[in-house]
Amino acid sequence: MCLGVPGRVIDVREFIATVDFWGVRKDVSLAIVDEPVAPGDYILNHVGFAIRRIPPESVQETLALYELLLAMGDDGDLMTTDVRAEIEGTA
Amino acid sequence: MSGTPLQFRDPEQARAMSATLNRLVAQLDRPVAVMHVCGSHEQAIAKFGLRSTFPKALDVIMGPGCPVCVTDVPEVDEGVLLARQGLRIATYGDMLRVPGTVQSLADAQADGAKIDIIYGPKQAVEIARNTTEEVVLFASGFETTAVATAAVILDDPPPNFSVLSTHKYIPPVMEIVAEMPGSRIEGFLAAGHAAVITGSAVFEPFVERNRVPVVIAGFEPLDILAGLVELVELILAKTPKVVNAFPRCVTREGNLAAQEQLWRVFRPIGGRWRGIAHVPNGNLRLRDEFAHVDARKRFTIDLPSLWDFAPPALARQCICGDIMAGIRNPRDCRLFDRECVPENPIGACMVSNEGTCKIWHLYGGVPDLEASA
Repeated sequence: MCLGVPGRVIDVREFIATVDFWGVRKDVSLAIVDEPVAPGDYILNHVGFAIRRIPPESVQETLALYELLLAMGDDGDLMTTDVRAEIEGTA
Repeated sequence: MSGTPLQFRDPEQARAMSATLNRLVAQLDRPVAVMHVCGSHEQAIAKFGLRSTFPKALDVIMGPGCPVCVTDVPEVDEGVLLARQGLRIATYGDMLRVPGTVQSLADAQADGAKIDIIYGPKQAVEIARNTTEEVVLFASGFETTAVATAAVILDDPPPNFSVLSTHKYIPPVMEIVAEMPGSRIEGFLAAGHAAVITGSAVFEPFVERNRVPVVIAGFEPLDILAGLVELVELILAKTPKVVNAFPRCVTREGNLAAQEQLWRVFRPIGGRWRGIAHVPNGNLRLRDEFAHVDARKRFTIDLPSLWDFAPPALARQCICGDIMAGIRNPRDCRLFDRECVPENPIGACMVSNEGTCKIWHLYGGVPDLEASA
């Protein structure tokens, strides 16, 4: 899908970051992100790779859509399912 | 789920934007069709019932924005043949049931082939590291996903790991759709998160050549409405250019480090997109320097050996290609919601969560405005 998912960086070990996605922690590669990433930053994840560091001023706005989708909590919904799959790594 | 009420973070703003869109289209005073090329855009449009707020004269069509759907039949066949040779195939879940000439990867799996469902390319490398078997990553997706494939190829994967690239590159197919005889498309909405990688500049040569505006939009209902307002303004003003309506995420240059890795590993070549056309430069294949990781170079793939079987008759009635070209919609298909349903897909557009048919099956496509108001 072409919707990346934002998460908060917990820890960085060279080119791998541990990232928290609404309570789900996952290792994400930093091999293609074009800015330094530090704990506390938010990144946009696509298939296990950070494709962007989200500027702090854009974080809340970026999270809003996902909060809405996750809050709807309907298992049959395509967007919610895709976002969950991206978070849980079960695509 | 089709009864989801409109949910906007800012209903006031949505109403204002919708009014602006209606006013602009009225000013244009004729029917106008625009195309987006992203399954997530279609999901958002359908899920939030956006079509019910669009002016009647504005047709917002989903183009070839589902990578699984445009993976061509012979490409699936290549994966099936490798699987039948006993190689382990690692692929994304929605690729599994996409029909090949005779079999899908799921059919091959039912016959005993080893297929691993992965979430990202790194998992395929992990599988290879933990086995002596040959592991082939069946790598589908547009440039955003191809970047991730490039990164694992550059990260010294084990010798038993290889890639069957069916990656596709979006900008060239927009040219094809824009130039199709009878094409009514006067503007394109481009997918925000793909443009995070490529930057908005990737569409500039397209706009220059085709004199058709491109607006990059995000995925929230408000982002999509704002993108459409921008697009119709450009059509009205007859000023074809690229406008980034998603600046909180996309820059003009994009992610240069990612682009460098993408083009170091892949080269664009012409090839067929399922149901659509031969797309010059539309397929991404591994460069010769990476022949050692290229499943097409490492293994013999004898496609004609599969074609001794006749393809299923129903598949010939599938109009997936016309749907992705924006010429027809799922309701025009004799199979849609009859023989062809997500549990038993005949065409690729009913397989993936990003396929127009599956999205319309779930959300009902064009809602009845008066009834749902």
